[in-house]
Amino acid sequence: MPGRHLISAPPPRLLTRRLALVGAGGLLASACDSARPHVGFLGAMERVNARLQAALFDERQLAPELPPEETTPPGAFPPYFISDTVPLAPPGWTLRVGGMVARPANLTLAELQRLPSTQYRIRHHCVEGWSAVASWHGVRLRDLAEYVGADPAASYVELRSFDSGYWSSWDRPSAFHPQTLLAYGMNGQPLPPEHGAPLRIYSAVKLGYKMVKYLTEVNFLSQPTSGYWEERGYEWYAGV
Amino acid sequence: MLSCRAVRAAPLRRPQPWPVRVAHWVNVPLLIIMAGSGLQILAAYPMLGPRGRPYRWFPFQGAIPPEWARLGDWLAGARQWHFAFGGFLALNGLAYLLYLAFSGEWRRRLFFPRRDARNALGTLAFYLRLRKEPPAQELYNGLQRLAYTSALLLGILAVLSGITLYKPVQLGALTAVLGGYDAARALHLLTLALLGLFTVGHVVMVLLHPRSLVEMVTGGRKPDAR
Repeated sequence: MPGRHLISAPPPRLLTRRLALVGAGGLLASACDSARPHVGFLGAMERVNARLQAALFDERQLAPELPPEETTPPGAFPPYFISDTVPLAPPGWTLRVGGMVARPANLTLAELQRLPSTQYRIRHHCVEGWSAVASWHGVRLRDLAEYVGADPAASYVELRSFDSGYWSSWDRPSAFHPQTLLAYGMNGQPLPPEHGAPLRIYSAVKLGYKMVKYLTEVNFLSQPTSGYWEERGYEWYAGV
Repeated sequence: MLSCRAVRAAPLRRPQPWPVRVAHWVNVPLLIIMAGSGLQILAAYPMLGPRGRPYRWFPFQGAIPPEWARLGDWLAGARQWHFAFGGFLALNGLAYLLYLAFSGEWRRRLFFPRRDARNALGTLAFYLRLRKEPPAQELYNGLQRLAYTSALLLGILAVLSGITLYKPVQLGALTAVLGGYDAARALHLLTLALLGLFTVGHVVMVLLHPRSLVEMVTGGRKPDAR
Protein backbone atom coordinates (compact mmCIF):
# COMPACT_ATOMS: atom_id res chain seq x y z
CA MET A 1 0.00 0.00 0.00
CA PRO A 2 1.64 3.10 -1.10
CA GLY A 3 1.83 5.83 1.42
CA ARG A 4 1.75 3.47 4.37
CA HIS A 5 4.88 3.24 6.45
CA LEU A 6 5.62 0.75 9.13
CA ILE A 7 8.17 2.99 10.61
CA SER A 8 7.13 6.57 10.48
CA ALA A 9 9.57 8.62 8.50
CA PRO A 10 11.52 11.19 10.43
CA PRO A 11 9.94 14.60 10.13
CA PRO A 12 11.48 16.62 7.33
CA ARG A 13 14.48 18.51 8.67
CA LEU A 14 13.57 22.10 8.22
CA LEU A 15 16.66 23.29 10.01
CA THR A 16 19.82 21.43 9.18
CA ARG A 17 23.10 22.46 10.73
CA ARG A 18 24.31 23.76 7.39
CA LEU A 19 21.17 25.80 6.88
CA ALA A 20 21.44 27.19 10.40
CA LEU A 21 25.04 28.26 9.81
CA VAL A 22 24.30 29.86 6.46
CA GLY A 23 21.18 31.47 7.91
CA ALA A 24 23.05 32.86 10.91
CA GLY A 25 25.67 34.31 8.60
CA GLY A 26 23.02 35.86 6.37
CA LEU A 27 21.10 37.20 9.33
CA LEU A 28 24.27 38.72 10.74
CA ALA A 29 25.10 40.31 7.40
CA SER A 30 21.61 41.74 6.88
CA ALA A 31 21.18 42.84 10.49
CA CYS A 32 24.66 44.37 10.52
CA ASP A 33 24.73 46.51 7.40
CA SER A 34 27.84 48.69 7.63
CA ALA A 35 26.49 51.07 4.99
CA ARG A 36 23.25 51.67 6.93
CA PRO A 37 24.33 51.16 10.55
CA HIS A 38 21.25 52.79 12.13
CA VAL A 39 18.97 49.90 11.10
CA GLY A 40 18.86 46.25 12.14
CA PHE A 41 20.91 44.85 14.97
CA LEU A 42 23.61 47.53 14.83
CA GLY A 43 20.96 50.24 15.11
CA ALA A 44 19.22 48.47 18.00
CA MET A 45 22.53 48.19 19.84
CA GLU A 46 23.25 51.88 19.16
CA ARG A 47 20.01 52.75 20.95
CA VAL A 48 20.90 50.44 23.86
CA ASN A 49 24.35 52.01 24.10
CA ALA A 50 22.92 55.54 23.91
CA ARG A 51 20.75 54.73 26.94
CA LEU A 52 23.75 53.32 28.78
CA GLN A 53 25.77 56.44 27.96
CA ALA A 54 22.95 58.72 29.09
CA ALA A 55 22.62 56.75 32.34
CA LEU A 56 26.37 57.04 32.89
CA PHE A 57 26.38 60.77 32.19
CA ASP A 58 27.13 62.92 35.20
CA GLU A 59 27.08 66.70 34.76
CA ARG A 60 29.48 67.07 37.70
CA GLN A 61 32.09 64.99 35.88
CA LEU A 62 34.39 67.57 34.30
CA ALA A 63 37.20 67.09 31.81
CA PRO A 64 40.53 67.98 33.42
CA GLU A 65 41.79 71.46 32.56
CA LEU A 66 45.26 71.26 31.05
CA PRO A 67 48.31 73.51 31.46
CA PRO A 68 49.32 75.88 28.61
CA GLU A 69 52.32 73.72 27.62
CA GLU A 70 49.91 70.92 26.63
CA THR A 71 48.43 73.11 23.89
CA THR A 72 48.56 71.50 20.45
CA PRO A 73 50.57 73.58 17.95
CA PRO A 74 47.94 75.51 15.93
CA GLY A 75 49.01 73.87 12.66
CA ALA A 76 48.47 70.39 14.14
CA PHE A 77 44.84 71.03 15.16
CA PRO A 78 42.99 70.14 11.94
CA PRO A 79 40.31 72.59 10.79
CA TYR A 80 37.16 70.94 9.51
CA PHE A 81 34.25 72.12 7.36
CA ILE A 82 32.19 70.52 4.59
CA SER A 83 32.16 73.52 2.22
CA ASP A 84 34.78 73.67 -0.54
CA THR A 85 36.43 76.72 0.98
CA VAL A 86 36.54 78.15 4.49
CA PRO A 87 32.99 79.34 5.22
CA LEU A 88 32.86 83.06 6.01
CA ALA A 89 30.13 84.69 8.05
CA PRO A 90 27.55 86.61 5.99
CA PRO A 91 27.46 90.35 6.66
CA GLY A 92 25.18 91.24 9.55
CA TRP A 93 25.56 87.75 11.07
CA THR A 94 23.43 87.04 14.14
CA LEU A 95 22.67 83.92 16.14
CA ARG A 96 18.99 83.03 16.02
CA VAL A 97 17.81 81.34 19.22
CA GLY A 98 14.39 79.75 18.92
CA GLY A 99 12.16 76.77 19.54
CA MET A 100 10.64 76.32 23.00
CA VAL A 101 11.95 79.56 24.50
CA ALA A 102 10.12 82.39 26.29
CA ARG A 103 12.14 85.14 24.54
CA PRO A 104 13.29 84.16 21.01
CA ALA A 105 16.34 86.24 20.09
CA ASN A 106 18.67 87.28 17.32
CA LEU A 107 21.98 87.92 19.06
CA THR A 108 24.97 89.77 17.67
CA LEU A 109 28.46 88.70 18.70
CA ALA A 110 28.72 91.78 20.94
CA GLU A 111 25.49 90.82 22.70
CA LEU A 112 26.76 87.26 23.23
CA GLN A 113 30.02 88.61 24.62
CA ARG A 114 28.08 90.60 27.24
CA LEU A 115 26.72 87.31 28.68
CA PRO A 116 28.83 85.62 31.40
CA SER A 117 31.95 84.17 29.78
CA THR A 118 33.77 80.91 30.52
CA GLN A 119 37.25 79.73 29.55
CA TYR A 120 39.00 76.35 29.78
CA ARG A 121 41.78 74.36 28.14
CA ILE A 122 40.71 70.74 27.58
CA ARG A 123 41.36 67.82 25.27
CA HIS A 124 39.40 67.47 22.03
CA HIS A 125 38.43 63.92 21.00
CA CYS A 126 37.87 63.30 17.31
CA VAL A 127 35.81 60.35 16.10
CA GLU A 128 38.82 59.35 14.00
CA GLY A 129 40.86 58.65 17.12
CA TRP A 130 43.19 61.61 17.39
CA SER A 131 43.09 64.12 20.20
CA ALA A 132 44.28 67.71 20.46
CA VAL A 133 44.36 70.46 23.06
CA ALA A 134 43.32 74.11 22.84
CA SER A 135 41.76 76.68 25.13
CA TRP A 136 38.30 77.96 24.34
CA HIS A 137 36.26 80.86 25.63
CA GLY A 138 32.64 81.83 25.16
CA VAL A 139 29.23 81.63 26.81
CA ARG A 140 27.88 78.46 28.36
CA LEU A 141 24.92 77.03 26.45
CA ARG A 142 23.05 76.70 29.77
CA ASP A 143 23.61 80.44 30.41
CA LEU A 144 22.19 81.24 26.98
CA ALA A 145 19.23 78.94 27.70
CA GLU A 146 18.56 80.87 30.88
CA TYR A 147 18.87 84.20 29.02
CA VAL A 148 16.19 83.25 26.46
CA GLY A 149 14.03 81.36 28.96
CA ALA A 150 14.25 77.86 27.48
CA ASP A 151 11.33 75.59 28.41
CA PRO A 152 12.38 72.81 30.84
CA ALA A 153 10.39 70.42 28.62
CA ALA A 154 12.78 71.09 25.72
CA SER A 155 14.86 67.91 26.00
CA TYR A 156 16.88 68.44 22.82
CA VAL A 157 18.98 71.21 21.35
CA GLU A 158 19.49 71.56 17.59
CA LEU A 159 22.44 73.47 16.13
CA ARG A 160 22.55 74.77 12.57
CA SER A 161 25.32 76.48 10.60
CA PHE A 162 26.13 78.39 7.41
CA ASP A 163 28.66 75.66 6.46
CA SER A 164 26.68 74.20 3.50
CA GLY A 165 23.89 73.06 5.80
CA TYR A 166 26.03 71.25 8.40
CA TRP A 167 24.03 70.63 11.56
CA SER A 168 23.61 68.39 14.58
CA SER A 169 21.41 67.91 17.64
CA TRP A 170 22.10 67.10 21.26
CA ASP A 171 20.47 65.66 24.35
CA ARG A 172 19.74 68.36 26.92
CA PRO A 173 22.01 67.06 29.75
CA SER A 174 25.09 67.11 27.47
CA ALA A 175 24.12 70.53 26.06
CA PHE A 176 23.78 71.93 29.59
CA HIS A 177 27.03 70.40 30.88
CA PRO A 178 29.11 73.16 32.50
CA GLN A 179 31.86 72.61 29.92
CA THR A 180 29.56 73.00 26.91
CA LEU A 181 29.83 76.51 25.54
CA LEU A 182 29.22 78.62 22.48
CA ALA A 183 32.83 79.57 21.80
CA TYR A 184 33.82 82.83 20.14
CA GLY A 185 37.50 82.51 21.04
CA MET A 186 40.33 79.97 20.79
CA ASN A 187 43.74 80.07 22.49
CA GLY A 188 43.07 83.59 23.80
CA GLN A 189 42.30 84.98 20.31
CA PRO A 190 39.02 85.59 18.48
CA LEU A 191 37.87 82.30 16.90
CA PRO A 192 39.72 81.85 13.55
CA PRO A 193 37.59 81.16 10.43
CA GLU A 194 39.09 77.65 10.10
CA HIS A 195 37.73 76.73 13.53
CA GLY A 196 34.22 78.09 13.11
CA ALA A 197 34.23 81.93 13.33
CA PRO A 198 32.27 83.76 14.49
CA LEU A 199 30.66 81.18 16.78
CA ARG A 200 30.82 77.42 17.32
CA ILE A 201 29.80 74.98 20.01
CA TYR A 202 32.62 73.44 22.03
CA SER A 203 32.21 70.74 24.65
CA ALA A 204 34.11 68.34 26.88
CA VAL A 205 31.45 65.65 26.57
CA LYS A 206 30.94 65.05 22.84
CA LEU A 207 33.00 63.88 19.89
CA GLY A 208 34.20 66.53 17.44
CA TYR A 209 31.52 66.08 14.77
CA LYS A 210 28.80 67.02 17.29
CA MET A 211 30.43 70.42 17.84
CA VAL A 212 28.86 72.46 15.06
CA LYS A 213 30.95 75.39 13.79
CA TYR A 214 29.79 78.53 11.95
CA LEU A 215 26.57 78.62 14.00
CA THR A 216 23.46 80.36 12.74
CA GLU A 217 20.73 78.78 14.88
CA VAL A 218 20.19 77.20 18.27
CA ASN A 219 16.76 75.59 18.66
CA PHE A 220 15.36 74.14 21.89
CA LEU A 221 13.08 71.22 20.93
CA SER A 222 10.91 68.56 22.56
CA GLN A 223 11.78 65.88 19.98
CA PRO A 224 15.19 64.62 18.88
CA THR A 225 16.38 65.46 15.38
CA SER A 226 19.37 64.08 13.49
CA GLY A 227 22.43 65.76 11.98
CA TYR A 228 24.70 65.89 8.95
CA TRP A 229 26.96 62.96 9.89
CA GLU A 230 24.25 61.20 11.89
CA GLU A 231 22.14 60.97 8.70
CA ARG A 232 25.13 59.34 7.02
CA GLY A 233 25.59 56.63 9.64
CA TYR A 234 27.57 58.08 12.54
CA GLU A 235 26.07 57.53 15.97
CA TRP A 236 23.83 60.27 17.35
CA TYR A 237 24.79 60.29 21.05
CA ALA A 238 28.59 60.28 20.53
CA GLY A 239 29.49 61.13 24.12
CA VAL A 240 32.99 60.95 25.57
CA MET B 1 47.72 23.94 50.56
CA LEU B 2 46.55 25.06 47.16
CA SER B 3 48.18 22.28 45.13
CA CYS B 4 46.77 19.51 47.35
CA ARG B 5 43.23 20.84 46.97
CA ALA B 6 43.72 21.12 43.25
CA VAL B 7 44.67 17.44 43.03
CA ARG B 8 41.59 16.45 44.99
CA ALA B 9 39.11 18.70 43.20
CA ALA B 10 40.14 17.82 39.68
CA PRO B 11 39.31 14.11 39.11
CA LEU B 12 35.53 14.53 39.47
CA ARG B 13 35.23 16.99 36.63
CA ARG B 14 35.30 16.69 32.89
CA PRO B 15 38.42 18.27 31.39
CA GLN B 16 36.25 21.05 29.90
CA PRO B 17 32.92 21.69 31.69
CA TRP B 18 30.22 23.16 29.49
CA PRO B 19 30.42 26.77 30.78
CA VAL B 20 34.10 26.81 29.81
CA ARG B 21 33.30 25.47 26.35
CA VAL B 22 30.47 27.93 25.76
CA ALA B 23 32.58 30.89 26.86
CA HIS B 24 35.49 29.68 24.74
CA TRP B 25 33.53 29.28 21.49
CA VAL B 26 31.47 32.43 21.98
CA ASN B 27 34.78 34.27 22.16
CA VAL B 28 35.79 33.18 18.65
CA PRO B 29 33.29 35.20 16.54
CA LEU B 30 33.33 38.07 19.06
CA LEU B 31 37.11 38.42 18.96
CA ILE B 32 37.11 38.28 15.15
CA ILE B 33 34.45 41.02 15.00
CA MET B 34 36.20 43.18 17.60
CA ALA B 35 39.63 42.83 15.95
CA GLY B 36 38.29 43.46 12.43
CA SER B 37 36.17 46.47 13.31
CA GLY B 38 38.93 47.79 15.59
CA LEU B 39 41.44 47.71 12.73
CA GLN B 40 38.93 49.51 10.49
CA ILE B 41 38.61 52.20 13.19
CA LEU B 42 42.40 52.44 13.36
CA ALA B 43 42.50 52.92 9.57
CA ALA B 44 40.70 56.26 9.98
CA TYR B 45 43.75 57.65 11.83
CA PRO B 46 46.55 55.07 11.79
CA MET B 47 48.77 57.02 14.18
CA LEU B 48 49.16 56.82 17.92
CA GLY B 49 49.83 59.77 20.13
CA PRO B 50 48.20 63.17 20.27
CA ARG B 51 47.72 65.08 17.04
CA GLY B 52 50.98 66.64 15.99
CA ARG B 53 53.16 64.48 18.24
CA PRO B 54 53.99 60.86 17.41
CA TYR B 55 53.74 58.19 20.08
CA ARG B 56 57.30 57.21 20.79
CA TRP B 57 56.93 53.42 21.05
CA PHE B 58 54.66 52.74 18.05
CA PRO B 59 56.67 51.38 15.11
CA PHE B 60 53.81 51.32 12.58
CA GLN B 61 53.05 55.06 12.65
CA GLY B 62 50.81 55.84 9.68
CA ALA B 63 50.57 52.26 8.40
CA ILE B 64 46.98 51.35 7.43
CA PRO B 65 45.88 47.84 8.46
CA PRO B 66 45.41 45.50 5.45
CA GLU B 67 41.99 45.40 3.79
CA TRP B 68 41.39 41.68 4.50
CA ALA B 69 41.72 42.22 8.24
CA ARG B 70 39.19 45.06 8.41
CA LEU B 71 35.45 44.86 9.06
CA GLY B 72 32.72 47.47 8.76
CA ASP B 73 33.54 49.17 5.42
CA TRP B 74 34.11 52.64 6.88
CA LEU B 75 34.59 54.44 10.16
CA ALA B 76 30.92 54.84 11.11
CA GLY B 77 30.10 51.22 10.21
CA ALA B 78 33.13 49.85 12.05
CA ARG B 79 32.34 51.88 15.18
CA GLN B 80 28.79 50.53 15.18
CA TRP B 81 30.08 46.95 14.87
CA HIS B 82 32.64 47.55 17.61
CA PHE B 83 30.18 49.05 20.10
CA ALA B 84 27.38 46.59 19.25
CA PHE B 85 29.52 43.56 20.09
CA GLY B 86 32.02 44.92 22.64
CA GLY B 87 29.53 44.63 25.47
CA PHE B 88 28.93 40.96 24.69
CA LEU B 89 32.67 40.25 24.82
CA ALA B 90 32.86 41.92 28.23
CA LEU B 91 29.78 40.03 29.47
CA ASN B 92 31.17 36.73 28.22
CA GLY B 93 34.45 37.42 30.01
CA LEU B 94 32.59 38.36 33.18
CA ALA B 95 30.48 35.18 33.05
CA TYR B 96 33.67 33.13 32.60
CA LEU B 97 35.36 34.84 35.55
CA LEU B 98 32.32 34.27 37.77
CA TYR B 99 32.24 30.61 36.74
CA LEU B 100 35.96 30.21 37.49
CA ALA B 101 35.49 31.80 40.90
CA PHE B 102 32.42 29.87 42.03
CA SER B 103 33.15 26.45 40.51
CA GLY B 104 36.67 26.24 41.89
CA GLU B 105 37.96 25.78 38.34
CA TRP B 106 40.38 28.66 38.95
CA ARG B 107 42.50 26.20 40.93
CA ARG B 108 43.37 24.03 37.94
CA ARG B 109 43.36 26.79 35.31
CA LEU B 110 45.02 29.89 36.71
CA PHE B 111 48.75 30.40 37.04
CA PHE B 112 50.18 30.77 40.53
CA PRO B 113 53.90 31.51 40.42
CA ARG B 114 54.77 29.56 43.56
CA ARG B 115 52.96 26.46 42.36
CA ASP B 116 53.47 26.63 38.61
CA ALA B 117 56.71 28.46 37.83
CA ARG B 118 58.91 25.32 38.14
CA ASN B 119 56.56 23.30 35.98
CA ALA B 120 56.34 26.10 33.40
CA LEU B 121 60.14 26.25 33.12
CA GLY B 122 60.36 22.46 32.89
CA THR B 123 57.75 22.38 30.14
CA LEU B 124 59.54 25.15 28.28
CA ALA B 125 62.80 23.20 28.53
CA PHE B 126 60.98 20.15 27.12
CA TYR B 127 59.60 22.15 24.17
CA LEU B 128 63.07 23.58 23.50
CA ARG B 129 64.44 20.02 23.55
CA LEU B 130 66.64 20.78 26.51
CA ARG B 131 64.85 18.06 28.45
CA LYS B 132 63.67 14.62 27.32
CA GLU B 133 60.50 14.19 29.37
CA PRO B 134 57.86 16.81 30.13
CA PRO B 135 57.21 17.41 33.83
CA ALA B 136 54.13 15.72 35.29
CA GLN B 137 50.91 17.70 34.85
CA GLU B 138 47.26 17.63 35.79
CA LEU B 139 44.73 19.23 33.43
CA TYR B 140 47.25 21.86 32.33
CA ASN B 141 50.99 22.25 32.66
CA GLY B 142 52.52 25.39 34.13
CA LEU B 143 53.18 26.92 30.73
CA GLN B 144 49.56 26.47 29.68
CA ARG B 145 48.38 28.03 32.92
CA LEU B 146 50.70 30.95 32.33
CA ALA B 147 49.45 31.41 28.74
CA TYR B 148 45.73 31.15 29.60
CA THR B 149 46.03 33.42 32.62
CA SER B 150 47.94 35.99 30.54
CA ALA B 151 45.25 35.87 27.84
CA LEU B 152 42.58 36.42 30.50
CA LEU B 153 44.46 39.41 31.92
CA LEU B 154 44.96 40.77 28.39
CA GLY B 155 41.23 40.45 27.78
CA ILE B 156 40.47 42.38 30.96
CA LEU B 157 42.98 45.06 29.94
CA ALA B 158 41.50 45.23 26.44
CA VAL B 159 38.02 45.81 27.87
CA LEU B 160 39.20 48.40 30.40
CA SER B 161 41.28 50.36 27.88
CA GLY B 162 38.39 50.13 25.40
CA ILE B 163 35.96 51.56 27.94
CA THR B 164 38.48 54.35 28.57
CA LEU B 165 38.59 55.24 24.87
CA TYR B 166 34.78 55.18 24.77
CA LYS B 167 34.37 57.46 27.84
CA PRO B 168 37.64 59.32 28.49
CA VAL B 169 35.83 62.16 30.27
CA GLN B 170 32.95 60.47 32.08
CA LEU B 171 35.35 57.78 33.32
CA GLY B 172 38.20 60.22 33.91
CA ALA B 173 39.58 58.27 36.87
CA LEU B 174 40.07 55.14 34.75
CA THR B 175 41.63 57.27 31.99
CA ALA B 176 44.10 58.70 34.50
CA VAL B 177 44.99 55.22 35.83
CA LEU B 178 45.84 54.07 32.29
CA GLY B 179 48.02 57.14 31.70
CA GLY B 180 45.63 59.27 29.64
CA TYR B 181 43.71 58.96 26.39
CA ASP B 182 46.63 58.37 24.07
CA ALA B 183 48.32 55.86 26.37
CA ALA B 184 45.00 54.00 26.62
CA ARG B 185 44.81 53.94 22.82
CA ALA B 186 48.32 52.49 22.58
CA LEU B 187 47.52 49.98 25.32
CA HIS B 188 44.29 48.95 23.56
CA LEU B 189 46.22 48.23 20.35
CA LEU B 190 48.96 46.42 22.29
CA THR B 191 46.39 44.07 23.85
CA LEU B 192 45.11 43.28 20.35
CA ALA B 193 48.63 42.50 19.13
CA LEU B 194 49.39 40.27 22.14
CA LEU B 195 46.03 38.49 21.95
CA GLY B 196 46.71 37.89 18.24
CA LEU B 197 50.10 36.43 19.13
CA PHE B 198 48.48 34.24 21.79
CA THR B 199 45.90 33.02 19.25
CA VAL B 200 48.62 31.99 16.79
CA GLY B 201 50.44 30.00 19.48
CA HIS B 202 47.15 28.57 20.73
CA VAL B 203 46.14 27.29 17.28
CA VAL B 204 49.61 25.81 16.66
CA MET B 205 49.40 23.90 19.96
CA VAL B 206 45.92 22.66 19.09
CA LEU B 207 47.20 21.37 15.75
CA LEU B 208 49.98 19.54 17.62
CA HIS B 209 47.52 18.12 20.17
CA PRO B 210 44.19 17.55 18.34
CA ARG B 211 42.70 15.78 21.39
CA SER B 212 42.43 19.14 23.14
CA LEU B 213 40.17 20.34 20.33
CA VAL B 214 37.91 17.30 20.77
CA GLU B 215 37.73 18.01 24.49
CA MET B 216 36.89 21.64 23.89
CA VAL B 217 33.96 20.48 21.74
CA THR B 218 32.64 17.48 23.67
CA GLY B 219 33.94 18.29 27.13
CA GLY B 220 35.96 15.07 27.28
CA ARG B 221 35.43 12.16 29.65
CA LYS B 222 35.30 12.37 33.38
CA PRO B 223 38.51 10.76 34.58
CA ASP B 224 36.63 8.35 36.89
CA ALA B 225 34.21 7.20 34.16
CA ARG B 226 36.83 5.23 32.27
